[in-house]
Amino acid sequence: MSVRHALLAMLSEGPKYGLQLRQEFEARTGEVWPLNIGQVYSTLQRLERDGLIEPDDAADDGPQKGFRITAAGEQELASWLRTPLDLSLPPRDELVIKILVAWQLPGVDVREVIQTHRRYLVELMQQWTRLKEDQAQSGLGFALAVDAELFRLDSVMRWLDTADSRFRHAGTGPPVPAVPAMPRPRRRATVRP
Amino acid sequence: MSVLELRGISKVYGQGPAEVQALRDVDLSVDAGALVAVMGPSGSGKSTLLTIAGSLEEPTSGQVLVEGAMLSKMSRNDKARLRRQSIGYVFQDFNLLPGLTAAENVSLPLELDGVGARKARAVGLAALDELGLGDQASRFPDQLSGGERQRVAIARAVVGDRRLLLADEPSGALDSANGDSVMRLLVAACHRGVAAVVVTHDAQLASWADRVVFIRDGRIVDQTSPPDPESLLEPGQPSGPSRW
Repeated sequence: MSVRHALLAMLSEGPKYGLQLRQEFEARTGEVWPLNIGQVYSTLQRLERDGLIEPDDAADDGPQKGFRITAAGEQELASWLRTPLDLSLPPRDELVIKILVAWQLPGVDVREVIQTHRRYLVELMQQWTRLKEDQAQSGLGFALAVDAELFRLDSVMRWLDTADSRFRHAGTGPPVPAVPAMPRPRRRATVRP
Repeated sequence: MSVLELRGISKVYGQGPAEVQALRDVDLSVDAGALVAVMGPSGSGKSTLLTIAGSLEEPTSGQVLVEGAMLSKMSRNDKARLRRQSIGYVFQDFNLLPGLTAAENVSLPLELDGVGARKARAVGLAALDELGLGDQASRFPDQLSGGERQRVAIARAVVGDRRLLLADEPSGALDSANGDSVMRLLVAACHRGVAAVVVTHDAQLASWADRVVFIRDGRIVDQTSPPDPESLLEPGQPSGPSRW
């Protein structure tokens, strides 16, 4: 989970308090992902339990507890940064299921279902683009976070465009009775850092 | 006020079995200061819509009004003047004249319109300056990058007092950062009161528009509601960002 690793990354720069970690996390991710302080403390507890961070004894005695990263934590962080995410198995995507179901359902115009989703996606993308436009000076972190969201929505949009075009060429005849099984990509046994 | 109005536009190419209905009864109105994107797949009729809006092609039926003037009632010369003075075009492949410098490309439409060479050059240079291309003014198109060429094409399209900007896939083969800067220029032109229509199949490009109109098989089938960016960053909203 990446909040855990994001906190580790910030602690690798030097000992920090919980509140400070939350502020830095939000600043670095362009404040697109607000983080609850409770989530920060529970994540810090788990990191401490796993031996990846430890209390910072050098910190002044005060109401806030400081933490620093351990050698095991440094190792975990280095390994996380260099390990690609496991994207080998397609996620169970509700939209894909919905379109496949709509295609097979008598009396349903699958292209109309597709268009409803396209309009919704473009409206969402307009909102993100407007934020990008209004907050051109908000910094690189914000721009990158918004770009990530736009590319994610755009990929869904492209799939819908492709589906629409395939249905258009296939005509609106009766649905094919059986859907061939989707080939499962082979899963790599391990991913080397 | 509508700068562009399409009323019941249809366009048919060919006859008999070879007949293709490119547009069917299309209505579209674009106000001053508005950026409208027309989205659709290849062959949906979106480029035909743009060429008819820009008076580069005649509709089979229906009316086109630019700033309230009905194109079908204009003489050839009046239409040519309208195209030169009021409408700016941006094409996917830039369409810059290779033998002219960036500045000459931008000032050419003004000179064709009777503005003196010296004044046209000054206005052209100012337009290039505004788009951050002042130091590239004396370069030829083949000495510019794709992004720079498209900015020159946009400077040419907005130079003078154009009221309507028509763009066909304006970010063409540019990467996403360059595509963004092209769209920022179009948005800035709209903030100055220009009405713009962009046709594209690219949702990221279309998402810069105030309104996105969807075209399918020559018909407008749908359009977006006005964007509300405030709703996005509210935690717990269904439209909020994806969580880690």
